[in-house]
Amino acid sequence: MTPPNETSASVQNTGAAGADMASQSMQRRLAWRSTLQAVGMLPVLIILGIAFELMSGRFLSFQNLSIVAQQASINTVLAAGMTFVILTGGIDLSVGSILAAAAMVAILASKIPDWGMLGIPAALLIGLGLGLVNGALIAFAKLPPFIVTLGSLTAVRGLARLLGEDTTQFNPQLPFDFIGNGTLFGIPWLVWIAFAVVLISWFILRRTVLGVHIYAVGGNPDAARLTGIKVWAILLFVYAFSGLASGLGGVMSAARLYAANGLQLGQSYELDAIAAVILGGTSFVGGIGSIWGTLIGALIIAILSNGLILVGVSDIWQFIIKGLVIIGAVALDRYRLKGSART
Amino acid sequence: MTGSAPILEMRDISKTFPGVRALANVSLTVYPGEIHALMGENGAGKSTLMKILSGAYQADPGGEIRINGQPVAIDGPMTARHRGISIIYQELSLAPNLSVAENMLLGREHKSGPMVDRRSMEKACQDVLERLGVHFRASTKVSELSMAERQLVEIARALIANSRILVMDEPTTSLSSRETEALFALVRQLREDGLAIIYISHRMAEVYELADRVSVLRDGSYVGTLVGDEISAERLVQMMVGRDLSSFYKKEHDAHQSRGPVMFAVRNMGDGVRVHDCSFELHEGEVLGIAGLVGAGRTELARLIYGADRRTSGEVSLLGKRLSIHRPEDAIDSGIVYLTEDRKNLGLFLDLTVRENVNVSVLGRDARMGGVLNLKAAKDRAAAAIRALGIRVAGDVVPVGSLSGGNQQKVLLSRLLETKPKVLILDEPTRGVDIGAKSEIYRLIDNLARNGVGVIVISSELPEVVGICDRVLVMREGRIAGEVGGAEHPPVTQEEIIAIATGVREAAE
Repeated sequence: MTPPNETSASVQNTGAAGADMASQSMQRRLAWRSTLQAVGMLPVLIILGIAFELMSGRFLSFQNLSIVAQQASINTVLAAGMTFVILTGGIDLSVGSILAAAAMVAILASKIPDWGMLGIPAALLIGLGLGLVNGALIAFAKLPPFIVTLGSLTAVRGLARLLGEDTTQFNPQLPFDFIGNGTLFGIPWLVWIAFAVVLISWFILRRTVLGVHIYAVGGNPDAARLTGIKVWAILLFVYAFSGLASGLGGVMSAARLYAANGLQLGQSYELDAIAAVILGGTSFVGGIGSIWGTLIGALIIAILSNGLILVGVSDIWQFIIKGLVIIGAVALDRYRLKGSART
Repeated sequence: MTGSAPILEMRDISKTFPGVRALANVSLTVYPGEIHALMGENGAGKSTLMKILSGAYQADPGGEIRINGQPVAIDGPMTARHRGISIIYQELSLAPNLSVAENMLLGREHKSGPMVDRRSMEKACQDVLERLGVHFRASTKVSELSMAERQLVEIARALIANSRILVMDEPTTSLSSRETEALFALVRQLREDGLAIIYISHRMAEVYELADRVSVLRDGSYVGTLVGDEISAERLVQMMVGRDLSSFYKKEHDAHQSRGPVMFAVRNMGDGVRVHDCSFELHEGEVLGIAGLVGAGRTELARLIYGADRRTSGEVSLLGKRLSIHRPEDAIDSGIVYLTEDRKNLGLFLDLTVRENVNVSVLGRDARMGGVLNLKAAKDRAAAAIRALGIRVAGDVVPVGSLSGGNQQKVLLSRLLETKPKVLILDEPTRGVDIGAKSEIYRLIDNLARNGVGVIVISSELPEVVGICDRVLVMREGRIAGEVGGAEHPPVTQEEIIAIATGVREAAE
């Protein structure tokens, strides 16, 4: 363990000059440590980018980067919601299933003549509603998050198939297809949306009372309750937010594909979202982490998929390499920040 | 002890952490069959020195440790154990989910073949436990034991490992007076058996009562050692802080002469299990103590009042108005706040910054547009709190977990004070804080009382209760068994409180 108590305390007793010197060095150390934490996996991201460019020669083209960003966008949105949940020390395994159900609702509602745009709010609402159900079971019935969302992972998957009558639903005249395939100022809408979600998440986490309370509940739930924080409300919010993000992911996914399939869509998306959050340095026990880390984590995962294809690695090896990189990157991170992070 | 050779000599021990010199050429000599107290403020280097002895830290090159005259290298906890050194830490290091025997023999389980031989383990442990005169069995789960009993398990663990040097770090912190007495008797018995006991404590009275010698550290340096008759409170305080603390318990507010009107009343409070039918009143500007043995229901009563636990009976009124408190936030909104006795687990957010910890209860009040943080207000509040309470910290954006105990406590106190409370319930407000911070906290309590705040202080430290409280309620077995202080009761003395708390004397009704 680090020796925080004795050292920091003796800092204060070593007289004015000593204390100044010691506190300066401590401040430098803290500043350095927080820089490391903020930067997190950015070096890994950059190294991967350079390596793939060297190996393929076309990785860093604007066109390819645009594709990577697009591929990362849906996972970024899911991972943003997941960041909130994991910050409270919880987990949401149901995001992929909720995405499928929401995409299905979006496609079905888009077929309503003249009111096809209703697909967007309908999908968001179903996502929010399912997230609230998760949240209510966790906050009020006090069931473990892993169990609740493992249950909804399965149940909502079934719901998605039920809604789509267990076939693929199409809408070639999708009124909001610009979301999936259009661009704004040359940048895909999907990327704008993902970036907006990240910004909103940052604002909530760092600039609102709610955000501080989320970190507080994750860091020490008992203290949070004694401090007068409504822990149930925080839990309800984070799962609802994650559900809403999954609903948005459903809209993005439906808009991209003009279709939804209850059985296959969003399969194992929760794993990529969790991997992005953990790569981003968010602690699995809650209380520590940042949305920027999550963004970097999601980009690393997208770069890996894209780069390995460009380099011509077979599908099977892609899986193996991706898994090992995730473990290695996190191990590196823990090693570097030994003593400060606790996962 | 005179004439015998020292069992332990530590010479010229230094320890440097990045940027900080925690110990500078400290020496300590301990003889078998003595209780050697080690004193000093938090941060003086006591724990660092003991961690070097136990192998948790490595000393800087240049120093030397000798055991029975032989130079030894202690390069890890296992080596220390082999050399006969056992340490009982302030925060006990038992696994609560395991049995007493399993804890005592952790890492040295008895085996028959590849299987753990539970019966043989329990038998061996039971013998040691009986020697200590305890009444629980070796097969008991540690989670079922009280703090005092867990301490005995730690001592038993040291004995079963055949330790010759036993280090006890603040062993009485969570013990009641009666349990403390029992522990003292045990420690004396261990001394008779020839063990060397290094006893770390902040409590003058304990050291006074127990120690054959006292060594004092200050700011990582060795100040001196007092033997036998030389030991006196004044000299020790002087050596520890380098200044005179005559005004330690000085009370500026005076609730006896100008006692304010009743501001806060609790009626028939109970939870049906650990608290029964407690009623009392608190006057404006009064410091009311709640004393009693550990387990008497003091913390439980406070938590019921605060709405942290569910009550089965009872009501609370403030300034003549009946309050309906069901959750902590109701209490805070009414102006009643509670300082937990367990600041690390129930109080602070150790990963959050000092600024966030100070502000967390008032973020909502300061916020704009229904929930957007007011960063400037938070910064100002934190800066003001650091100044007002003298919190020693490099800046307000460091994680609160990196602060010393006293400074952590001040951060937690300032969080409560930011809500501008009318009634302050402080549960063990000076637990684990050094002497300097202690006197500052006393001054703060005194100041609050002078400004008309009602303060309830729950404390196991009797000199503290007697020193700072105007009136003291004594709890026993979940009930308020008696009261001292005020006009119609006996004066506040330690003897009176102990007599009521232990049931020796039924309070005069």
